[in-house]
Amino acid sequence: MNELLNILQYMDDPNARYVLTGTFLLGLSAGVLGCFAILRRRALVGDAVAHAVLPGVCLAFIIVGDKDPFALLIGSMVFGWISMIVMDAIVRNTRLSTDAAIGMVLSVFFGLGVVLLTYIQSTGNVNQSGLDAFLFGNAASLMPGDVQVFGTLSVIILITVAVSYKEMKMVSFDPDFAKSIGYPVKRIEFLIATLMVMTITVGLQAVGVVLMASMLIIPAAAGRYWTESLGIMMIIAAGVGALSGVGGTVISGLAPAMPTGPWIVVTALFLFLISFMFAPKRGEVIRKVRNMRNRVRIQDENVLKTIYLLQEQDGLDGKVRSLRDILKRRRMNIRKTRSSLGRLITGGFIDLVPGKPGGYLLTEKGRARAMRLVRVHRLWELYLTSQVQIAGDHVHDDAESMEHLITPEIEEQLTSLLGRPDTDPHRRKIPYGETTTEGGLL
Amino acid sequence: MITSTFWILLTGSLAAASCALVGSFLVLRKQSMMGDAISHAVLPGIAIAFLLTSSRNTFPMLLGAGAFGLITVYFTEFLHKRGRLLHDTSMGIVFTSLFAFGVILISLYAAQVDLDQECVLYGEIAYIPWDLWIWNGLNMGPRPVWILGLVLVLNLAFVGFFYKELKVYAFSPEYAASLGIPVGLVHYGLMGSVSFSTIASFESVGAILVVALLIVPPATAYLLTEKLKPMLILAMATGVLSAVSGYYLALFLNASIAGSIAVMTGVFFLGAYLFSPSDGVLTRRYRKTDALPEPDEFAVL
Repeated sequence: MNELLNILQYMDDPNARYVLTGTFLLGLSAGVLGCFAILRRRALVGDAVAHAVLPGVCLAFIIVGDKDPFALLIGSMVFGWISMIVMDAIVRNTRLSTDAAIGMVLSVFFGLGVVLLTYIQSTGNVNQSGLDAFLFGNAASLMPGDVQVFGTLSVIILITVAVSYKEMKMVSFDPDFAKSIGYPVKRIEFLIATLMVMTITVGLQAVGVVLMASMLIIPAAAGRYWTESLGIMMIIAAGVGALSGVGGTVISGLAPAMPTGPWIVVTALFLFLISFMFAPKRGEVIRKVRNMRNRVRIQDENVLKTIYLLQEQDGLDGKVRSLRDILKRRRMNIRKTRSSLGRLITGGFIDLVPGKPGGYLLTEKGRARAMRLVRVHRLWELYLTSQVQIAGDHVHDDAESMEHLITPEIEEQLTSLLGRPDTDPHRRKIPYGETTTEGGLL
Repeated sequence: MITSTFWILLTGSLAAASCALVGSFLVLRKQSMMGDAISHAVLPGIAIAFLLTSSRNTFPMLLGAGAFGLITVYFTEFLHKRGRLLHDTSMGIVFTSLFAFGVILISLYAAQVDLDQECVLYGEIAYIPWDLWIWNGLNMGPRPVWILGLVLVLNLAFVGFFYKELKVYAFSPEYAASLGIPVGLVHYGLMGSVSFSTIASFESVGAILVVALLIVPPATAYLLTEKLKPMLILAMATGVLSAVSGYYLALFLNASIAGSIAVMTGVFFLGAYLFSPSDGVLTRRYRKTDALPEPDEFAVL
């Protein structure tokens, strides 16, 4: 309750609202552009550009003589561009790899920036204080003017992406194809790069050189876990970015002397980890659960099939089978088999017959399901020997896993491809459910 | 009387030689950015060591930073494999997060931790001559010189001892694995050396300059020769030359020494890029043999 009150009080402060709006807008646009960066395998190019604009900021300051935001913006955009051209030239003209080019540009340009910054400091120009906000970021000092710049740029970025979404998507996924169908690939790549440099330049003042890269990478990577569609990924990444901006700002505003940038990154990382763990389909936990469910299903099916095979072996359909019989036919973990039997009873696939000798009996439903497993298994074995020309003694293990995976559609295809055969390569009967029943076996 | 200039030059040269030696393998292995990642990600390790021992003792710091260097390598691999992200994406997530974590730790315990972000980013090589190691009342010279010297010896021993393994591994890990070389061990050994060199150089030259020393001199040497041994020697030589010339550039401009050294590594690279007898852009144009090796898939424009 107290915290909530603190947050409300904090929100009441007009300066805090400027900072919040600024980081919100920054997170939004960085999230959107980060998707392109990741998609185009350029995650760390953003890192290099963020470091490489420092000399541009310093040179602009040396030329103009004060911290005119517009001049600094132009300076850093020019150097952002130069750094991209240099990286490109190194990769094009030498045997060095992309990451070497990124690392070199990052460190040498940054070194140049540090030289210029210390040079400016040594000249004693009184206006220079605060230039190092570009290094470490200082969101707390965002002014209404800065937020206006942020806002304008964010709107420009979002509109540009919305208008040329289709072209940008095409160029990011497959530049060669885009070129072949007549897209102006160079111009679109230029546009994406320009938007990226703009975002980085603006973001530096809020989060600093090192953490700018994470504003581009982390929200986009988080978005990737939730969807296969670029559009949705961008919306999620923008949301994660904006939420991290706001969250980080509030956390750092509550604790005194806490830097905003790192808390924004920590918030983004938290949202990333949630996505990594819990996103449906791609999330780690969800995948683990799905794998476990599959393993359980396979175990249950194996137990069910074993009971069926016992009946097939001695032809005694009405005979109850004890746990011992089942385990004698097929070696399985006793504890797991017990729990499988429990689940099969609940599912109505087998009946528990009490008394001495007590045991388990297939129900109609269980019999049908087990029969299908055996049928699919034998069809697959036959398919492997007759169509793929694999020796008969090599096909059992493969069929053992395929029987749990083959869908009714594949089963139908197999049946018609093989001409509804009667026996498998080991001359065992392939059971066909109702038809066989009509044949008088039951 | 040994002057402070001498100590600064010696520190810079030792750091440059150490970094160039292990950095060469990073460049050949196309893992240059791992140096950048490790140099940022060791920050929390340093801060934790600082908090636990409440001193600027070097040994715990080296341990803390080394541990976080390996954590970076491990988590990058983890997110790459389990999280199914591209290698550079997972690296970007891991090292920026660890750096952020380090900055938060430092600002939480600002009273106890006598470290600031600026020193982390640019280092303070200018103060090296006053960071003395007094042993049994004897003035042994600046402490960082000893540490960097030790790290250089360790790196030389590592490379000398595993030269063949490293060589095969650097050019083709798959082939190395097929020869029965323990590739995982060599990989982590190399990353360990990178971590140690980074941390030892870190204090004097800062996080970003370490990256310059790790990558740029080896890249320069790579443009000048195709053989591994000459490349290692050239890389170390270029590193040392950059350190020395960078120091004088800094004196001339009255600017940061670390930054100037980084700029000089860039100047030497530019020289090799333009004039290398085999690979130089201008040399090739002059000879009109545009025999370019296959470039990576990369176009910024």
